[in-house]
Amino acid sequence: MQMRPTRINMPQRPARERARDFIEVNLGYSSRQAQEEAQRCLQCKTRPCVAGCPVGISIPDFIKAIAENRMPDAVKILKDKNSLPAVCGRVCPQEDQCEKKCVLLKSGHPVAIGHLERYAADWEKENDVSRQACAAFDVTEPRVAIVGSGPAGLTCAGELVKFGFDVTIFESLHDTGGVLRYGIPEFRLPKKILDYELNCLKKRGVKIFTNTLIGRTKSIDDLFSEGFEAIFLGVGAGLPKFMRVPGENLNNIFSANEFLSRVNLMNAYMFPEYDTPVPEGKRVAVIGGGNTAMDSARTALRLGASEVTLIYRRSKQEMPARVEEVHHAEEEGIKFAFLTDPLGYKGDERGFVKEVECLEMELGEPDESGRRKPRPVKGSNFVMPIDMAVVAIGLSPNPLLPRLTKGLETTDWGELKIDNDFMTTKKGVFAGGDIVGGETVIQAMGMGKDAAQSIKQYMFQKRMEC
Amino acid sequence: MYPITAKEVLADSIKKIEVTAPDIAKRAKAGQFVIIRVSSKGERIPLTIADKNEKNGTVSLIFQEIGKTTLALGRLNAGDSIMDIVGPLGHPTESVKHGTVVAIGGGVGAAEILPVSRMYRECGNDVIGIIGARTRDLVILEREMTGSCGRLFVATDDGSAGRKGFVTDVLKELIEKGDKIDLVYAIGPVPMMRAIANLTKPFGIKTVVSLNPIMIDGTGMCGACRVTVGSETKFACVDGPEFDGHQVHWDELIQRLSAFKVNENNATENYKRVCKCDQHA
Repeated sequence: MQMRPTRINMPQRPARERARDFIEVNLGYSSRQAQEEAQRCLQCKTRPCVAGCPVGISIPDFIKAIAENRMPDAVKILKDKNSLPAVCGRVCPQEDQCEKKCVLLKSGHPVAIGHLERYAADWEKENDVSRQACAAFDVTEPRVAIVGSGPAGLTCAGELVKFGFDVTIFESLHDTGGVLRYGIPEFRLPKKILDYELNCLKKRGVKIFTNTLIGRTKSIDDLFSEGFEAIFLGVGAGLPKFMRVPGENLNNIFSANEFLSRVNLMNAYMFPEYDTPVPEGKRVAVIGGGNTAMDSARTALRLGASEVTLIYRRSKQEMPARVEEVHHAEEEGIKFAFLTDPLGYKGDERGFVKEVECLEMELGEPDESGRRKPRPVKGSNFVMPIDMAVVAIGLSPNPLLPRLTKGLETTDWGELKIDNDFMTTKKGVFAGGDIVGGETVIQAMGMGKDAAQSIKQYMFQKRMEC
Repeated sequence: MYPITAKEVLADSIKKIEVTAPDIAKRAKAGQFVIIRVSSKGERIPLTIADKNEKNGTVSLIFQEIGKTTLALGRLNAGDSIMDIVGPLGHPTESVKHGTVVAIGGGVGAAEILPVSRMYRECGNDVIGIIGARTRDLVILEREMTGSCGRLFVATDDGSAGRKGFVTDVLKELIEKGDKIDLVYAIGPVPMMRAIANLTKPFGIKTVVSLNPIMIDGTGMCGACRVTVGSETKFACVDGPEFDGHQVHWDELIQRLSAFKVNENNATENYKRVCKCDQHA
């Protein structure tokens, strides 16, 4: 077969059909499409793509396996480095990572590594292949506690069971997955995919306790006295940021975390079958330019909004969201107000938001992040009538655990201090993910994975000293 | 699942349950709360921990049936289970000797003021208790409160028990009599807490209120429970639930508590209708 010059686009449901339901947007490659796309990989000797992967997947090898239709091998290679490939294949910003390093990028058509990862992971789900055996730890099994069942914690757990460790995850919510469950919507990451990945971990021996808020239900020291020898904290960022503009506490103004948790974790889109309500805003403003902002905007649309406007203070190029999400949002009819900054909200007599006042911005000199800094255009104020707003401008670290745990120090920004081995200032306590400054699912996973290596080293040393 | 080991009807629509949750029972302190979910399709609601029994590994929850979730919870009996419970959440009440503390609980708030009164008494305070209710049948925990306070006043709107009037009337008299009051602690309906804060403010009496806004996770993640205190936005779940009553933006709290009133009322009416059908069947 001759190699095709262009990459195969991800088959997806038509925008008009999908914009009103919560069923997954992307349909996934067929086996023929996957093989054809896999055959585009040049199998470079230098493997630049691997360097672009935060968890170091042997990308050319798994792609070669797909090209040669050796699917069990493809899955094995993927899972060797990545405990959650079905998730990563769906939510990773590949265009900034592996695909950015692909030599075919020059042609404008890098290999669709993310789509292929998703294909292989889904293949495993549909074809029950034998699980990889766990390597036995040659001393007694060390018990490790993982705090938080989000991407960092799950990855760390997945690595540690591979080493033969006895792993227990503690989760504060009633359900597992962290941001993968409460944050990322069904239409982007179906819960059955997440449940499948979680079940894989459970089958491999990971124990999970929900409804346990470490710091309150049990302390870190309680965990040590219960016999855990090392602890990994993947507790996430925590507190949603607000803009601190007038009127922000009016009704129907939500943090993205609240809005998305209502819909994703509590199934509010199925109210009244489920008890948690969510307003069906008709004219919705979403503030922010990241993936969470895209998820919020597209969720509001699916709940029945007639107009959703995304308000972002920089321009399209600076948006941190994945290219695919922006593209999908545009297709579905989300409006974008770039170079626009909210100044404040006004409400009706019952305290429900009715308008947002905005100011237009222009781009000035680059700031410390290298992005051009937006500055206000004088006299450009305008008012947008809305009946709901979602603030998706990021999170600040949750102070709960460091406040309640002696010896756990934080940086000036409130993130946990860690050394090069991911160990916090408290001996035997490691941390990764948003609580130490991670920003994406895959970064959190990369840290969870590296921390697992450090925990292994730490345990070996600890056993040697005994 | 968390089994209910005992249930007691304290008054019409006010019920008490003991829930097996050993980890929470071990660490719960006065002033803290839990978040519960009754069933797999249920919402998460905060409830103050009224009492605990470390030996049996249970916590007591006292609640008034006002919406679908509390009605559903009220239908459960000993032997049934609730789906989820997490806690203890929020800052515990500081165990400090202030001197004389007036502890006020309105309505079902009497259940929440009881552990606080006990704790204050244990650390050497003179505790004056005031509990209020609409009418005699809704006065709860009078005996327990009597045992935990130096003096206890009861007030009912209709005068059917204790003195006729509001808890604020009792407090006003205490202040006017010139009793030295070092701290007022209030928990109950928002209008009551606001009235108390307004009453004590001119006298400069330190007033702590325990707020119960809408919450989802209860761990700081969602921001649903934000309240304006002074000029700052606070999250009641992690910064509270106790705040300086003189600094709370009460109108905003009332407005935010009404955010889902229409949905709540519909859900409650539907639930009551279905329940009635169940009973007829």
